[in-house]
Amino acid sequence: MAEGRLKAEDRQFIPITFTLNGRAQEIQVEPHELLIDVIRNRFGFTGTKRSCDVQVCGACTVLVDGQPVSSCTYLAFEALGHDVLTIEGLAKNGKLHPLQEAFIEHGGLQCGFCTPGMILAAKSLLEQNANPTREEIIHFMEGNICRCTGYKKILESIQAAAKTLRQQSSGV
Amino acid sequence: MATKSSFTIVGKAARRVEGIEKVTGQAKFTVDLTIPGMLEGKVARSPYPHALVESIDTTRAEKLPGVVAVLTRADVKDINPYFGHCLRDRPLIALDRVRYVGEPVAAVAAVDALTAQEALSLVEVKYKELPVMATFDDSLTPGAPILHPDIQGEGAYHELKKLQAEIQTNVCHHEHIEEGDVGTGFAESDRIFEDVFEFPMVYHYTMEPHAAIAKVDANGITVWSSCAHPFVVRAELALIFEQPLSKVQVLVPYVGGAYGGKSYTKIEPLVVALARKAGQPVRLEQSVPESMLTNRRHSARVWIKTGVKRDGTLVAREAKVLLDTGAYADNGPRVARRAATRIHGPYRIGNYNIDALAVYTNTCPAGSFRSIGGPQSIWALESHMDIMAEQLGIDPLEFRLKNLLKRGDIVKSGAKPMDADLLSDLKQVAVKLDWKGSAKRRTGSGVGLAVGVTDSEAVPVSTAIVRLLADGSVVLMSGSTEVGQGTRTVLCQIAAEELSVALEKVTMHSTDTNVTPFDRSTGASRSTTVMGTAVRAAAADLRAQLIEIGAEILKAKPEQIVLKDGEIIAGEYRIGYTKALHTYFGMPGGELIGRGYCRPGGGMSPIYPLFWETGLGGADVEVDVETGEIKLNRFVGLADVGKAINPPQCEGQDEGAAMMGIGHTLFESLIYDKGQPLNPNLVDYRVPSFRNLPAVFDTILVENQDGPGPHGAKGMGETGIVSPAPAIGNALARATGVRIRELPLTPERVWRALRDKSSK
Repeated sequence: MAEGRLKAEDRQFIPITFTLNGRAQEIQVEPHELLIDVIRNRFGFTGTKRSCDVQVCGACTVLVDGQPVSSCTYLAFEALGHDVLTIEGLAKNGKLHPLQEAFIEHGGLQCGFCTPGMILAAKSLLEQNANPTREEIIHFMEGNICRCTGYKKILESIQAAAKTLRQQSSGV
Repeated sequence: MATKSSFTIVGKAARRVEGIEKVTGQAKFTVDLTIPGMLEGKVARSPYPHALVESIDTTRAEKLPGVVAVLTRADVKDINPYFGHCLRDRPLIALDRVRYVGEPVAAVAAVDALTAQEALSLVEVKYKELPVMATFDDSLTPGAPILHPDIQGEGAYHELKKLQAEIQTNVCHHEHIEEGDVGTGFAESDRIFEDVFEFPMVYHYTMEPHAAIAKVDANGITVWSSCAHPFVVRAELALIFEQPLSKVQVLVPYVGGAYGGKSYTKIEPLVVALARKAGQPVRLEQSVPESMLTNRRHSARVWIKTGVKRDGTLVAREAKVLLDTGAYADNGPRVARRAATRIHGPYRIGNYNIDALAVYTNTCPAGSFRSIGGPQSIWALESHMDIMAEQLGIDPLEFRLKNLLKRGDIVKSGAKPMDADLLSDLKQVAVKLDWKGSAKRRTGSGVGLAVGVTDSEAVPVSTAIVRLLADGSVVLMSGSTEVGQGTRTVLCQIAAEELSVALEKVTMHSTDTNVTPFDRSTGASRSTTVMGTAVRAAAADLRAQLIEIGAEILKAKPEQIVLKDGEIIAGEYRIGYTKALHTYFGMPGGELIGRGYCRPGGGMSPIYPLFWETGLGGADVEVDVETGEIKLNRFVGLADVGKAINPPQCEGQDEGAAMMGIGHTLFESLIYDKGQPLNPNLVDYRVPSFRNLPAVFDTILVENQDGPGPHGAKGMGETGIVSPAPAIGNALARATGVRIRELPLTPERVWRALRDKSSK
């Protein structure tokens, strides 16, 4: 790795097009570049957080075609042709998503470092399962660590948001 | 200051003031900032636990295109390279030797992180290995090599009567407390019990690793840091780089978790030295493995001996707490001091003789971690209490109730008497656990209790400024760091209540030491109590000015004035704050400034401690006898908070603390082998995840409005971490008959203990 730094003329660039927070993007990436670095450094979407670097903590979670992925271990060129959503793309026209509202209302966040990834993972869960049981939430959210809250208030936030979303979709 | 019986903002479930920023990704942490001209820093670290640094050759690294500066010991000769708020024992970069794996030896600043990383491999360091003191047993062996023959004196923030560095013995601090006569006490005892407990090294895992950006120019030093104690960092940087405090600016963006791991000074001196050499701003963003080798909790061995009467009355206690403080003192001396009081515990016991030693070893420096010295001492004390109760044939709840201090009882001479109702607190926890019904449980299932009481080390010094702007909005300037605990919301609530304005009117920004007034630190559960007092005083000062101005405008006597909902009212006459300001200044501008100081004897009692922080716990466990796995059916936490300024935030603090405690109880352990860390990464070091959530997780907040803080508040948020280990250990013993004296209670350890018991 250390000796692997390429001379300028040997560097490769891969052109990719993908969608980021609803907008089409066309960029050149190097084969080794990680999605997290592209999102943070090139687009300035710093809500995607780096922590463990080994796909354990979930702080860097983004949604690719609606599925949660750890952007710290996802090569940027693989985003080719996909739809990537970061936390910055969740609120629409200044209106918070019900999950964002619920996390504030129910104390589902403290330091806020895990929060973007936590909310995006929960969004994916609720899109797949509008009425998850406690056990289903715990199982799905296992890949997102929070060191502050003790998880109880995050669980309650997700349950509250699920209820709001169900009410919205049934037009109540 | 107005005496309040009813509140409009305090005590309510106010929404977190920075909530929207944090759920939208707008909240900026240090790692999210970019400063013009900023370089990336990387650090070459020692691979050896103890070695002489014979030579460092940076020639090849410096020639790599993109490298701007390589910092080594050669670059710190014109400054005071040592730091440490207790003992100035730590060079910002290795000088003659390295004392732990991970110690910075050289640092590179380059145009990007990859270039800086590659340059590290081109730094050539020759080491000569020295004998390794891997544990405190090695360090305390007579004739062991001395790790610190060269300490540069005391730091400015140890706040101990005297530091008792026994440098010639590798003991960095020895805390001793005694009262009565233990010899007589043991002679008068019917039974004497003696136990030894072990507590592992654990890591904070702040999800945002340590990070700092530094800039050095004609204006002095500017540092953006993910730190909890910016004013201590400022003081230490001023000393190291020989600058006046006014030329050292520390800014603190949002902090992605702290828990003590970002207390005091950590990587800031190194980053400033690197930026100084580079002549450009430099950012150092550590990885989690690097931060795991930056700071940790003290591992401990606790020997405890107690003399008891047949009826369960405690008579005498001897204890010795050995704390592994690692390569540098950091907060070790203060940790030792707290560990000593905490092993004494909240029980009536007149004769005691206690020693706590912080001992240097060749491992990562240990420092503050949520309730310093608490989990180590109280794991031992509360397990020991249950062991004694069982041997005496007394119910552990009754045994505790018999000996617990009542409100007003003396804990130890010269200290504040007990200020909580521990007996009723404990009974509440027992009721939640169905303690009475638990006697009939089947094998493999049981409940356990623990009482955690700690002497808050909160230093009572904070200052605050509250500004009423011309449009009636309020800016609160306070140096408390928002690390997630919700201090910004709580302080804004306190200010809004005092000023009789809506919470939305009050804004508190992050700390910038050039404009934010002094605060001792964020930690020790002190912000609501101490800074809250300063904020309330500042708001009260402003309130008094509003009353005076209102009286003048409304032609009333000050005592006739009432402030309500942003208006000054005198009988039937009233004027809004905005209009009053315009009238007073004669223009649509101007502002009123309130100031508040909190200091010993001025707004806060000089008697130590400010309050006794309580964190009681109860665990209901299910043990899988086939695998040794412990499952939590229920965990009950109780905290006496005096007055909950924001009840849901208090619950969140207590739940988070309990979950951290569950982590070090069940699996967390940073493991070293001969000075080499074996699991410094998040794959091999596991922290609690959703699946560790107890099936039922209760938090009880006790509010008697009797604390020293605003509206009777007292500190909380730390002591919730101390009870899980002994409560779960006690529940395990009651469920299975197996008593384990070493954490963590991994399935393997439990399974082996069960096997050993059944083979007997």
